[in-house]
Amino acid sequence: MPKLQELQDLTVQVRRDILRMVHKVNSGHPGGSLGCTEFIVALYNEIMELKDKFEMDGKGEDLFFLSNGHISPVFYSVLARKGYFPIKELNTFRLIDSRLQGHPTTHEGLPGVRIASGSLGQGMSVALGAAQAKKLNKDSKLVYTLHGDGELQEGQNWEAIMYAAGKKVDNIIATIDYNGQQIDGATEDVLPMGDLKKKFEAFGWDVLDIKEGNDLEAILKGMKEAKSRTGKGKPVCVLLHTVMGHGVDFMMYTHAWHGKAPNDEQLATALAQNPETLGDY
Amino acid sequence: MKKYIDQGKNDTRSGFGAGLAELGRTNPNVVALCADLVGSLKMEKFIEENPERFFQIGIAEANMMGIAAGLTIGGKIPFTGTFANFSTGRVYDQIRQSIAYSDKNVKICASHAGVTLGEDGATHQILEDLGLMKMLPGMTVINTCDYNQTKAATITIAEHHGPVYLRFGRPKVANFTPVDQTFEIGKAVMLSEGTDVTIVATGHLVWEALIAAENLEKQGISAEVINIHTIKPLDGEAVLKSVKKTGCIVTAEEHNYLGGLGESISGFLATTLPTPQEFVATKDTFGESGTPEQLMDKYGLNNKAIVNAVVSVLKRK
Repeated sequence: MPKLQELQDLTVQVRRDILRMVHKVNSGHPGGSLGCTEFIVALYNEIMELKDKFEMDGKGEDLFFLSNGHISPVFYSVLARKGYFPIKELNTFRLIDSRLQGHPTTHEGLPGVRIASGSLGQGMSVALGAAQAKKLNKDSKLVYTLHGDGELQEGQNWEAIMYAAGKKVDNIIATIDYNGQQIDGATEDVLPMGDLKKKFEAFGWDVLDIKEGNDLEAILKGMKEAKSRTGKGKPVCVLLHTVMGHGVDFMMYTHAWHGKAPNDEQLATALAQNPETLGDY
Repeated sequence: MKKYIDQGKNDTRSGFGAGLAELGRTNPNVVALCADLVGSLKMEKFIEENPERFFQIGIAEANMMGIAAGLTIGGKIPFTGTFANFSTGRVYDQIRQSIAYSDKNVKICASHAGVTLGEDGATHQILEDLGLMKMLPGMTVINTCDYNQTKAATITIAEHHGPVYLRFGRPKVANFTPVDQTFEIGKAVMLSEGTDVTIVATGHLVWEALIAAENLEKQGISAEVINIHTIKPLDGEAVLKSVKKTGCIVTAEEHNYLGGLGESISGFLATTLPTPQEFVATKDTFGESGTPEQLMDKYGLNNKAIVNAVVSVLKRK
């Protein structure tokens, strides 16, 4: 088990990667990426049971599906630093001929990615298929997913949410990035979604909150609890309360940085708040 | 011309059901999904014999396409079953992103295509599905003509790695292709050789093309009849070889002329050997309620329409 400090150092370095990636191409989605940094780092380096080598069929290991594909910067950085592909390849993010497309895809053969995502609302269905394949294969490993909270406005999610409970797909842990923000503003203003916890529960899910979604210890404790609730006949939902833009003071508590890159000056300020730990790519 | 015998009318969807049942016995990786249309898709036998490999999704086609994509990740070969309308237009973005762009080995099996769905009317009679699906990069698009061919195609596509759209229909139609045929994806089938005109047909129009050719023969016109079951990849060479001999072509399909087989062929011939062509297809319209026979007649999709098209195209040679 990596020490908490090691995970913390990785988190800071991933933040730097995210900021530098989107700055270089003056595009991409830093806000949600920064908000989910602790979660994805913890998932890949502590929570999930993974094989060393990437294989598309993912037999005998835990799987992760990123449904809100626009937070590709954090996904790519964590995958690269886990060893799925060379860290220096982060330099090609969103450039022509890159495997690091704006939104994640299998099309260019990037190790670590099992499905294209970006058009929202599709990830949970895919994850349910993968989870059911695991059951058919007598594979006891789990399927993890991440979804934006605004993404739940897409109807396909609710088809999947209904199905998962109805068919007792209890080897899945679906996490909602509960940051309360989407492109046009606060979810509460764009389209209020009511009580998400009660909604999931009404559909038959076992739901738990991680109130401090940007605190590594809270994430590790919460996900351990979530894992203990799998295999009991219900799919498990984690409401991960995060702050969009976490770790960069001027990007926090606003939707403004959903899909906007920092300029040179802003980048310098942001990086100063996240001093280099493991070495920039 | 070569004569074909109807071995007894049957529906193409039953050919799918029989093929799927056989796959259930021979290929342990094949799984099936359905969105509340098990009876219509004739999937009962597979389900009875392989209950653990069947996924009843409920009326949620978008979720079905995603689940199918996910099942491939565990090494499964998913066959989804619903009407053609709900297999394509309703779930286009799910197919585009989660299946086609993600290179997933999903077989999208679509029944009740075209106006021969009949009395349910235009809400269910999709005439745009071939176009929608052939435009997706990497998608193989197949439209079979009878029970035997549909069964053979169903079995064959399990061996092909990559997304496939398999289109078939509701009504009982002539079953005239060999029981023991080998189905080759992307390979046109020469049904009857001729010299004056090429008739290329797909799906339910293939039998109509054979009747048309018989009638044309009585008028002294020698028609070559080719069954193109695979719209994509198109067997351009077979078309080219035929039109080099005949000098004109009629394409026939139960689909809008925009986006269908005829359009694929005209696009191919435009860059190889520009050839006078007539389209037997719907003319950018929706369908309506009626019996299959009435609708095929009203929308110009039968042997009479093919004969008329041949007469027209011969004048343009």
